[in-house]
Amino acid sequence: MHELSITQSILNIALNCAKKEDAKHINSINLVIGEMTGYIPHYIQEYFDIVSKDTIAEGARLIFRKTPAAARCKECGHDTQLKDYKFICENCSSQNLTIISGKEFSVETIDIE
Amino acid sequence: MEIKVVHQILEWNEDVSDKIKSELKVKKVCLVNIMGSPGAGKTSLITTLIKGLSDKFRIGVIEGDIQGQIDAEKMKLLGVPVVQLNTDGACHIEAMSIENILPEFELDKLDVIFVENIGNLVCPAEFNIGENMRIAILSIPEGDDKVEKYPLMFQTTDMLVLNKYDMIKYFDFDEQRVIKNAKDINPDISVFKISNKTSEGVLEFIDCLSDRITETIN
Repeated sequence: MHELSITQSILNIALNCAKKEDAKHINSINLVIGEMTGYIPHYIQEYFDIVSKDTIAEGARLIFRKTPAAARCKECGHDTQLKDYKFICENCSSQNLTIISGKEFSVETIDIE
Repeated sequence: MEIKVVHQILEWNEDVSDKIKSELKVKKVCLVNIMGSPGAGKTSLITTLIKGLSDKFRIGVIEGDIQGQIDAEKMKLLGVPVVQLNTDGACHIEAMSIENILPEFELDKLDVIFVENIGNLVCPAEFNIGENMRIAILSIPEGDDKVEKYPLMFQTTDMLVLNKYDMIKYFDFDEQRVIKNAKDINPDISVFKISNKTSEGVLEFIDCLSDRITETIN
């Protein structure tokens, strides 16, 4: 259900940008989605098809690029891919980490005509 | 033709959340976001917190529900300002809703506002609402696998309250599993074992929360 409000936000971002470019139609929207966000691309597309009706984004395809959950160790500087969200450095087992990837959620580019 | 956009999708929510945070900082009000499943004991816990903290702090409550005013009516009986926030079907509260509702309170006369989020372990975790602190409630009958199943909720909370702890003898609930999993994904999390019914562990939790609220508003 919470995909609906963010889908509206994606549509607004794309429409605002397309308007500035005087676009006639939005063909596709490229998004970055971090592994640590709980959004489901499939639902976003379904909601998008509904909320974009009668706009220049109707029929646009959403293309998702997933970024992995990763963190940097504050003790040894090693970068670890986080499995199952577990905050532990694979090099020195420290739990003192900063997230460096996986929380992204943004519109990167749109394809217009 | 491809056009660069680079726009955070949740920016509107984050912006409003930051705005609420600064406004409340000026007013010296601490906002506490209380989350958990339906039936975990959010309303009962807030009732207990009001009773246990009202000699120290001036308290207000925002009751989030999809519909109805049952919880708000319960809170009103305790004599604290309470505002009902109905999300009309939405599964979580967003920062914008909090921003719209704050004018209903006399903020100069409050030290802390408890927000009871929608009963749900998924969506509320995604949205900051300008809170200084998050409390996630997990009750024993819900099972010991919830941290693994809903990691974001337990990763983003400051405190985890294991509620209905008096029921532990009736359930196969491995508390060590829960605590270990919670600390693995959130090393700074504080865990409290309480029973709102028998009051076991409640005082300790209230003391700790009281210290954190004091730290925030001073």
